[in-house]
Amino acid sequence: MKAPIKWLSDFVKINVPIKEYTDAMTLSGSKVEGVEDLGKDIEIVVVGKIVAIESHPDADKLRICKVDIGSEVLQIVTGAPNVKEGDYIPLALVGAKLPGGEIKLSKLRGVESYGMMCSIDELNLTKDYLPDAPDHGVYVFSGTPELGADVKDVLNLDKVVEFEITSNRPDCLSIIGLARETAATLGETFKIPKVEVKEEAGGDINDLVSIEIENPELCYRYAARAVKDVKIEPSPAWMQRRLAAAGMRPINNIVDITNYVMLEYGQPMHAFDLEQVQGRRIVVRTPKDGETIRTLDGQDRDLDSDMLLICDENRPIGVAGVMGGENSEITDKTNTILLESATFKGSSVRITGKKMGLRSEASIRFEKGLDIENAIPALNRCAELIELLGAGKVVKGIADCNRMPYEKRIMKFQPERINSFLGSEIETAQMVKIFKSLEFEVDEKNMTLIPPSFRNDIVELADLCEEIARFYGYNNIKSSLLSGKESMQGRKTYKQSMEDVIRNTMVACGLYEAYTLSFASPKVFDTINLPKDHHLRNAVVISNPLGEDFSLMRTTTLPDMLKSLSINYNRNNPEAALFELSYVYLPIEGEVLADERGTLTIGMYGGTSNFYELKGAMEELLLAMGIKQYEFRPEKDEASFHPGRTAKLYVKGKNKEMVYAATLGEIHPEVAENYECPSRTYVAVADTNVLIEASTTEKQYSQLPKFPAITRDLAIVVKDELYVAQIIEVIKQKGGEYLEEVSIFDVYKGAQVPEGMKSVAFALSFRALDRTLKDEDVNVAMDRILKNLEKSFDAQRR
Amino acid sequence: MKQQLEAIKKQAMDKLAQISDIRELEDLKVAYLGKKGELTRILKGMGALSAEERPIVGQMANDVRATLEENIANAKLRLIREERNQRLKSEVIDVTMPGKIRAIGRKHPLTLVLDELKDIFLGMGYEIAEGPEIELDYNNFEALNIPKNHPARDTQDTFYISENVVLRTHTSPVQIRHMQNNKPPIRIICPGRVYRSDAVDATHSPVFHQVEGLVVDKGVTMGDLNGTLQAFAKSIFGKDTRIRLRPHHFPFTEPSAEVDVSCWGCGGSGCRICKGEGWVEILGAGMVHPNVLRECGIDPDIYSGFAFGMGIERITMGKFGIDDMRLLFENDIRFLKQF
Repeated sequence: MKAPIKWLSDFVKINVPIKEYTDAMTLSGSKVEGVEDLGKDIEIVVVGKIVAIESHPDADKLRICKVDIGSEVLQIVTGAPNVKEGDYIPLALVGAKLPGGEIKLSKLRGVESYGMMCSIDELNLTKDYLPDAPDHGVYVFSGTPELGADVKDVLNLDKVVEFEITSNRPDCLSIIGLARETAATLGETFKIPKVEVKEEAGGDINDLVSIEIENPELCYRYAARAVKDVKIEPSPAWMQRRLAAAGMRPINNIVDITNYVMLEYGQPMHAFDLEQVQGRRIVVRTPKDGETIRTLDGQDRDLDSDMLLICDENRPIGVAGVMGGENSEITDKTNTILLESATFKGSSVRITGKKMGLRSEASIRFEKGLDIENAIPALNRCAELIELLGAGKVVKGIADCNRMPYEKRIMKFQPERINSFLGSEIETAQMVKIFKSLEFEVDEKNMTLIPPSFRNDIVELADLCEEIARFYGYNNIKSSLLSGKESMQGRKTYKQSMEDVIRNTMVACGLYEAYTLSFASPKVFDTINLPKDHHLRNAVVISNPLGEDFSLMRTTTLPDMLKSLSINYNRNNPEAALFELSYVYLPIEGEVLADERGTLTIGMYGGTSNFYELKGAMEELLLAMGIKQYEFRPEKDEASFHPGRTAKLYVKGKNKEMVYAATLGEIHPEVAENYECPSRTYVAVADTNVLIEASTTEKQYSQLPKFPAITRDLAIVVKDELYVAQIIEVIKQKGGEYLEEVSIFDVYKGAQVPEGMKSVAFALSFRALDRTLKDEDVNVAMDRILKNLEKSFDAQRR
Repeated sequence: MKQQLEAIKKQAMDKLAQISDIRELEDLKVAYLGKKGELTRILKGMGALSAEERPIVGQMANDVRATLEENIANAKLRLIREERNQRLKSEVIDVTMPGKIRAIGRKHPLTLVLDELKDIFLGMGYEIAEGPEIELDYNNFEALNIPKNHPARDTQDTFYISENVVLRTHTSPVQIRHMQNNKPPIRIICPGRVYRSDAVDATHSPVFHQVEGLVVDKGVTMGDLNGTLQAFAKSIFGKDTRIRLRPHHFPFTEPSAEVDVSCWGCGGSGCRICKGEGWVEILGAGMVHPNVLRECGIDPDIYSGFAFGMGIERITMGKFGIDDMRLLFENDIRFLKQF
């Protein structure tokens, strides 16, 4: 809401510097978003009258003018082609300040000029503010302003304060509402000048029109006045400028007056051509079957059964609070108009406006719920302005249908409860003063309060506390720290602690944490090669997405990880290693909400990245999470991954079964190409719900060995495709009770190893807990192991 | 024999003084004190001495041995020390060469800020509550005193899944879930991902993160809210930080406030960060609206509470001087390495 200071000053004195004013308003709850100073940097620019014009002896395009500024006549040289003798123009005198700089005595082609005539550009104004200004050339005043007067006064160049008005305060979407807040904030008096309507047309409105409200639950009050002998013409400059300063475009006197009253009183008005209102009846009702209306913008509108219409005897002539109908529009031929001032149910106007795609300054006000008691004063102000501007003759009386009369709300005034809620010690007398300044009726004997009719937002104690706090000062309430409350212990849940473990472990593994958005495009399933019938293609769909690329809630994090890696690769970062801890959103059959599963995603390329680096990070994580029972199984059929370089991780779950926990591997070259990732890109996607379920923080100390171990190396040659996990399984099975550890220290293919074979070297360590082992003990075990490896895999000792 | 012993002692001491090698020292020790050494050889001649002379010469021989042993031991220590010093001298490295960095990663700046916030509030006795991102309209709006078609819905451009399911626009529905399942006293923070229908640009993202807080107990006051926010602001932005509450309107709190902190860039005198204002808006807060308490089965005549909420991206960008929100979600390693 834009409020020109001079307009506010019609109702309240503002005797403090602008910065002090705006700060005070912000801290009492009317947040100031900015101040526009239309007269900024304009000084010593006055009204002058051109009394003579001569041509310049040495320049075709220049003319020499004699300009009367009341106290003297000055010689001014101008290049403007549009001025003529008798024009009143803005004249910047020598020493004047303009946004473009200071004016100095100058010589133009040898002729002295004692100032400069100004265009609106030079005054930093726009045609919105001065619609009568020429596109080029000097501005010429309409009428005969006083010579020598400051143009800032003549043009009403004012400071305009822009307020942010919250949805609970529709009363502040008006100059009067803001003036009230100003008065309470500055401790000044608020006063509305007396509104007088002469009703020169005589007659009686009730002879001209009758009003019925069929749906009082949607229309609380409908009041109207009639105006005869309407003369449509431009409104006067002062009104145009105030409207422009407040951000509304001037149109004609009737429209401008209704807009002016809306801005001043916060009550939107509408004008109908009364001669087009059939049957001289206004009926406020919902549509009949099949009814339509053509609105003022020329559009034919279908109507829903719950939309509220303004109708005459036969047909709709307007959509309540949203837009008038074309059939009752004011035209040049209009003689008698009907001025509507009504209050509608806010949500109804809101829904209708939304459905029609129409939102206006009027509907914005209606939809927040207006003061029923404001309809009549606004209507009277409108009538007064019509008379003042000579726009028509007002018919006697008001037609008023008020089906939901305003009832005063009597509230308990409990200063001690207000203080205990705020944690303050405000005197009752100060509270009384604050409430009175906000136009509450205060009964100190019975300790009751009645909020004013325009404060629908005040219904209970908390609302009263806010009013007191606003004007006592939020920042004057003494700080406390939940003193006297039972102290409470804060700690993370098990899940939250485990998430910390995951992040810390990933970082320790050299990975950088990534964040990606949770949306997905339906196209990603193809780009990661997901089969057509894959269950992850079933996603939660956003009904109003920002675009197709953001239209699904992601069911997999793989595409986003690949995208992040791709960004790095395309920016020539030679290597990248990332992880992300986030969620995927899986629809559940028959459920309204989704299964939001925690997901750890790891991605890397370049540097030392390879499958084992990736797997190492997963193994480190399993260790850190206390997961001891797990298995990596080769995976050939995961379409996004390399069929020979991918594994699935299974961990032992709560019910002792091995549960799927992660897929990790090299990205399929086709998928890598789709994402413009390097051909060797490695990604792991893990379900953290499963990992956390399988994890433990319990640790058990096992005694450090007292007796030395015996270690033996064992190198065997086996078929290349044999997995080492299979070999180790046999070694462990056959190793006997003393076998403590098996590790691989070398895998070799090449010279001295036959084609299609590989040599694998293991280090085995044996130990007894109660004695030092003898070589014979170990020899027996080694023989047994070797024999079984020969039997199972045709292994040859090397 | 006395002269012989004196001579041996002098000879040995002279040699000792010149010795510079630990092996020579060992040889010298054997030559004088060994089984076949000089001293032993002389002592073998003791039999020829008189009974009066024998104890005197014996005593003298022992003294010579003791002196030599002590001096040899000292020489050994000296030689070891010299040798070590020599080695240290030869092992000088250039400590100004760059260090070898162990390849650990980094947490994302948003996580760093979230962790810091969690720490602050855990320390003040808050628990961390979580809830779903795909949420019921009821939990996200209606239970928070925002019925359907309430004008306040305009300010939160919502992604809808269906008429009754939304992507949560704030983490407040977690508060609702918590209040419906727990009795006061309640002290929680709700960190998490939230959604609003804003296109991606330097200062907006349709997905961002919030931390909200909720306290409900008997006799919780607005002064408690002020104090809590003050303590929080000092913890995260430094001990000289001041806060300023401006009245505002949120449907779920009454009274409501927008909260500014004194600018961390200039301390309040005005700079580029605060656009000359000296204050930076950082969060919204207020006393929990009685309708919200009622909706959760808590009697507002007995209990009161406060709530606050802040955007993590904004704080993170402010704290680290990040000027474009998109950087937070691109995951360029050169960006991530800076934290």
